[in-house]
Amino acid sequence: MNLSLLIVLPLFTAVIILFCKGFKQVRAVALAGSLAQLAAAGWLLMQYLNERNAGNKSVMLFEEKYNWFRNLHIDYHIGVDGISIAMILLTASVVVAGILVSWTMDKLSKEFFFLLVLLSMGAYGFFISLDLFTLFFFLEVAVIPKFLLIGIWGSGKKEYSAMKLALMLMGGSALVFIGLMGIYFQTGSFDLLQASQSHLPVEAQKFFFPFAFLGFGIFAALFPFHTWVPDGHASAPTAASMFLAGISMKLGGYGCLRVATFLMPDAAHQYAWIIILLATIAIIYGAFATMMQTDLKYINAYSSVSHCGFVILGIGMMNQTSINGAVLQMVSHGLMTALFFAAIGMIYSRTHTRMVAQLGGLLKVMPFISTLFVIAGLCSLGLPGFSGFIAEMTVFMGSWQNPDGWYRFATILSCASIVVTAVYILRAAGKTVMGPIPPEYNSLPDAAWNEKLAAIVLVAGIVLVGVAPFLLNQLITPGTENMMMQIGKAITQK
Amino acid sequence: MANYSYIPWIPLLPLICFVVLGIFGRKHIGNASGIIGTLSLAVSAVLSLIAADQYFFVDGKLNGVYQKITAFKYVWLEFAPNLSIDISIVLDPVSVMMLVVVTFVSLMVHLFSLGYMKGEERFATYYAFLSLFTFSMLGLVMAGNLFQVYMFWELVGVSSFLLIGYYFEKPSAVAASKKAFIVTRFADLGFLIGILIMAFYGKTLDISTLIQKLTAVQSAEYTGMATAGFLGVSVLTWGLTLVFVGGAGKSAMFPLHIWLPDAMEGPTPVSALIHAATMVVAGVYLVARLFPVYSIDAAALTVVTWTGAFSALLAAVIACTQTDIKRVLAYSTMSQIGYMMFALGVARQGGEEGLGYMASMFHLFTHAFFKSLLFLGAGAVIHMVHSNEMKDMGGLRKQMPVTHFAFLVGCMAIAGVPLLSGFFSKEEILLAAWHSNKLVYGVALFTAALTAFYMFRLYFSIFWNKDAQAHHADKHGEGTMSMKLPLIILSILAIGAGYIPFSHFITSDGSVLETHTDIVFSVAPVVLSLLAIALAASLYRKQNDKPDKIAKAFGGLYKAASRKFYMDELYLFITKKILFPFVGQPIAWIDRNIVDGLMNGLASATASVSAVIKGLQSGKVQAYALYFFGGVAALAVLFIYLWK
Repeated sequence: MNLSLLIVLPLFTAVIILFCKGFKQVRAVALAGSLAQLAAAGWLLMQYLNERNAGNKSVMLFEEKYNWFRNLHIDYHIGVDGISIAMILLTASVVVAGILVSWTMDKLSKEFFFLLVLLSMGAYGFFISLDLFTLFFFLEVAVIPKFLLIGIWGSGKKEYSAMKLALMLMGGSALVFIGLMGIYFQTGSFDLLQASQSHLPVEAQKFFFPFAFLGFGIFAALFPFHTWVPDGHASAPTAASMFLAGISMKLGGYGCLRVATFLMPDAAHQYAWIIILLATIAIIYGAFATMMQTDLKYINAYSSVSHCGFVILGIGMMNQTSINGAVLQMVSHGLMTALFFAAIGMIYSRTHTRMVAQLGGLLKVMPFISTLFVIAGLCSLGLPGFSGFIAEMTVFMGSWQNPDGWYRFATILSCASIVVTAVYILRAAGKTVMGPIPPEYNSLPDAAWNEKLAAIVLVAGIVLVGVAPFLLNQLITPGTENMMMQIGKAITQK
Repeated sequence: MANYSYIPWIPLLPLICFVVLGIFGRKHIGNASGIIGTLSLAVSAVLSLIAADQYFFVDGKLNGVYQKITAFKYVWLEFAPNLSIDISIVLDPVSVMMLVVVTFVSLMVHLFSLGYMKGEERFATYYAFLSLFTFSMLGLVMAGNLFQVYMFWELVGVSSFLLIGYYFEKPSAVAASKKAFIVTRFADLGFLIGILIMAFYGKTLDISTLIQKLTAVQSAEYTGMATAGFLGVSVLTWGLTLVFVGGAGKSAMFPLHIWLPDAMEGPTPVSALIHAATMVVAGVYLVARLFPVYSIDAAALTVVTWTGAFSALLAAVIACTQTDIKRVLAYSTMSQIGYMMFALGVARQGGEEGLGYMASMFHLFTHAFFKSLLFLGAGAVIHMVHSNEMKDMGGLRKQMPVTHFAFLVGCMAIAGVPLLSGFFSKEEILLAAWHSNKLVYGVALFTAALTAFYMFRLYFSIFWNKDAQAHHADKHGEGTMSMKLPLIILSILAIGAGYIPFSHFITSDGSVLETHTDIVFSVAPVVLSLLAIALAASLYRKQNDKPDKIAKAFGGLYKAASRKFYMDELYLFITKKILFPFVGQPIAWIDRNIVDGLMNGLASATASVSAVIKGLQSGKVQAYALYFFGGVAALAVLFIYLWK
């Protein structure tokens, strides 16, 4: 399997889009490109499973390495393990759904779809990079389109939100870059695998870990650097919200795990209490803040802060189960929140409002969209049968294995968030899809074919993870086990 | 091992039904949905009966003791080695009994609903939800893994939510469904943490392994849990009590009962199935499942006992004052579940001491039949008069002969009138309480009298009291055959279920427990119940002003009871007046103003610094010249002083 295909496909699609004439051609090409990506991701999964079944025990598969910039030891080095493949599948699904949802976007459509495709290329590149410099390069590729997508196609205070998001994420990138520089100067290489083998001096780790972790943490809505999330989401067009929450925030979680924690485990272990503290605050504080929101997009944005807290918590607890949970939560949250934003977008495009107080009884006229909304909500509150349950329970189970009293306390507080989540989800659903319907909504149409298709892709993912969690668990476990071996060494040395 | 490969089909059929009806029902299947749902459940019910026959009479016993048989097991989600959620199907006396109860009552409700829900716009959705509930409940009762119990526990919770909120355009139904879900979710938090504790110290999630490890003499796991403590209470007690909190939430035990009366907003057959016969006894079932562990921890059992006893009494007092017939039944359910709870609480594992366990399961079994009978009867009445209030009823015995007969049977059974099923199971509970704790016995006896009183108050108010009003005699009469048939079948069971020699099948240790009815012991409860029935007859058989006078005489107590002792108000106060304004709003404000303010402050500080720097680059040559000469001058001064 030629892994570079994952970067070439979107790049190729983006270039063709530039030569397209008219909005119908553009969207057709974008859709075809995204379907090709999904097919490639599926093919990659098959190849990967075949290799593993054949007994291939390498840490990374399908590696490719070309010298890029010899003097600085920068390589174009890519490869995947189960964790990256899970992320790639997530990205591919969200991209297909996002493009389907934007099927009727005819304002500057060429630029719009171009940027979406570019963003997806950045994400794929990020997830397959094994060289820290290329990883950083792709991270930046994924940031810029967001600024434009919100600033041009957004709504509300879009300039303010776009600026805020771009500045905060750029700030995060700057911190990440300092962290990467630290690793580079300690090991003399940007190679991720090599760096993981050469044990960094603990003092250096303690200095550079906070930069890398906080930098990626900003992407993953780490408290108190989460404030770009609500404004950014609220102003973004539907597809951009889906990409932002479904893919972009995962770049942060993945970076925290793969770069910061994996390469600097000693420091991670020493700072674990801070990580856990911030994660717990994000979980509880995000949940209570969500409860007070009146705008559907703000509700989902704040709930993302709370849910991404589980990713950070799982990483901070630093054991096999909790890290598995963190990865599961990334996949689950990506699918779920994309579905949520899609449903909100569909409701908004019909009723022209996102204020909960003005909505009501939509189940009567749009059963399909309302059902999506309820499914996303139930997944969010961790109902068995959907992915959220699997991920959250794995995180809880892993966290509880940590016998420290304060960590237990943090775990109990995090568990308590499932009650608050139930409150805000049911309040939103009870008012939006249930209850009496305002007369002006009585003749609104239900979902169109493209919306249905988009939803089916995401719901299928959520249900598959929820009903057969062992599949995803088996996929990611070799990867997390390998990471735990490095991290475990650091912990037991203490 | 014998062939149990057909067992997975029992829960699978309703699941398939749910998926098919849920996706295609509304558009493509329509009115046939009811028939499809009912037929597939009938198959499940028959399979359950076959399983019960096979288990109890053919191959369940080994050396005279009923064994646990694992019919199916799959590692579903592995957290760590030995710590996994397994999807399993375990057959033991209790789970087989529950299998029969759930499929059978559900079948009756499916049948009844064919007539009751006829013409509803979302008829197919209704049957889809019923199937989902039945599937979840079956998964719950057959679970062999503690986390599996939790999973299906949540699923029955959501089915209950969906069905209570079935009339989604009615704000009161939406509010009730949210309340039911959130209150039980809060209780489930306890359950979840309880599971985490049990899993950590017991090092397994498998229920039988857990029991084995903890009950073994001086096992490492037991010593670990009994010696480790938190706030002066052993970890074992914490774990078991927290698990019980989850059970108390689902089973509507005080103070987590407030959702149950409101849950009556759902269609009445749903109340019969979920909020009377099956889901609400899940808490009792949970304690029974883990009973060997509970029985080694006296502190946890004391909590179970007094929660049960107090809830039984409280609910009975409230039930005497309610005027909505479904709410009376809801409180009576809570009261009867309280009976089952304290019966478990006073029992111990094995032998004669296990009487309470047997009695609790026996009462669970008989209660399922007579309570679903009462609810379906109430449904038939409501179907006729289009109201839940007693004042709109009266004198219905002539128009609804079948319902009248069925309801009378149900009332007699729950009141403990001799020779009906409730009598036998209640006697065993009273006996177990008598042998263990006289105070609990006293509470139970008084509650039994109250039960007889409020049930016959209900009965006389519906079927006697005043003459039937004119509009009752309307077109659709007593209901279709599909509504009458379940009433008749359930009446037969409400009478006959007590004659099953229950102690031969279901006991705490699986071996036979010889019980004998003690006539002398039965005198007190029976006489008290009959007196209470006579009192109810004198007050409510004919319309008169005595009930009002008595209510006035009790004054404040009556008012407090009719307002359910202000529990709802208390909860509302805590959430609306404390949690929202003092936790939620400050956090939301802090986030927008302080945390975000800080970030914006950072940005604007950067911006103003850059504005200053930008000002320097004005593009004016004179200004640059000025800076230049100023700089030179400053450097010159600096050099001159430094060189000295």
